Amino acid sequence: MLTGARIGVVTFPGTLDDRDAARAVRLAGGEAVALWHADADLHAVDAVVLPGGFSYGDYLRAGAISRFAPVMGSIVDAANGGMPVLGICNGFQVLTEAHLLPGSMIKNDHLHFVCREQVLSVENVDTAWTRLYSVGERITVPLKNQDGQYVADEHTLDELEGEGRVVVRYRDWNPNGSRRDIAGITNAAGNVVGLMPHPEHAVEVGFGPDGPRGPRTGTDGLRFFASVIGSLVG
Amino acid sequence: MGRVVVNVMPKPEILDPQGKAVNGALPRLGFSQFVSVRQGKRFELEVDGEVTDEILAAARRAGETVLSNPVIEDVVDVYAEPAHAPSDEAGR
Repeated sequence: MLTGARIGVVTFPGTLDDRDAARAVRLAGGEAVALWHADADLHAVDAVVLPGGFSYGDYLRAGAISRFAPVMGSIVDAANGGMPVLGICNGFQVLTEAHLLPGSMIKNDHLHFVCREQVLSVENVDTAWTRLYSVGERITVPLKNQDGQYVADEHTLDELEGEGRVVVRYRDWNPNGSRRDIAGITNAAGNVVGLMPHPEHAVEVGFGPDGPRGPRTGTDGLRFFASVIGSLVG
Repeated sequence: MGRVVVNVMPKPEILDPQGKAVNGALPRLGFSQFVSVRQGKRFELEVDGEVTDEILAAARRAGETVLSNPVIEDVVDVYAEPAHAPSDEAGR
């Protein structure tokens, strides 16, 4: 069911989840295109995923050094021109450091690394990456982070809430102290989305979180990738 | 050789989980006089030759754009210091 949509997946030094992200793109019906941090050429992709990991070992601040990689200049320009960009975990941190999304991430309030299956509610289904979900839908995807506490000043938080730019929110338990249970946000145009949890780890029966059909059957994350492909070809 | 020091601290209104953890450990070692700890970063930028006003200005710009994230941190100090400062002697 290849659609012809070309989705770039960026690898920085220290990126961990680029292969899972590329696999998620393929399972959703797109063509995954590997993008290298040192190459400013986006190879004619239609959208970009910045995957999770610990780029540059989280030195300085998570995502701070990756932001200055040659590929990021091209991605910032393309994102400002409307190209869909999804930042997952460390990719979300890169997007805030690149000022494509407001706020920042600091260490989890309890100081521990968390790794769990996390319930989220989808709050905005108008973005390029969430249009196949329904408002208020609860989904379960893995979450794993050290610096996952989303912070921004009250004015910015009010603006995000007021404009409906909170895309996903933590439910049942706030795993890292994020302000207002925010797990993911979008820019004003809805083409750039960043979130801490990992939809790319919940795309295939046998490898995801527990789901309604039994252990490891959860595929709630797949529609992030199917959504963007739908918005590109549809 | 000259050296510029840039000190960066978490903003006062931002919770500092690391400082809080250190603060929790101090009384266990008998340091009960400190009521709060905040942990920041010190950068030492070295240059060939003297630290001029231009170099200090460049260090300030680097502090604001790269070394700190203005959403969560403040650059609290930028100053020149002799390259053979006490920090070189630390631990000797």
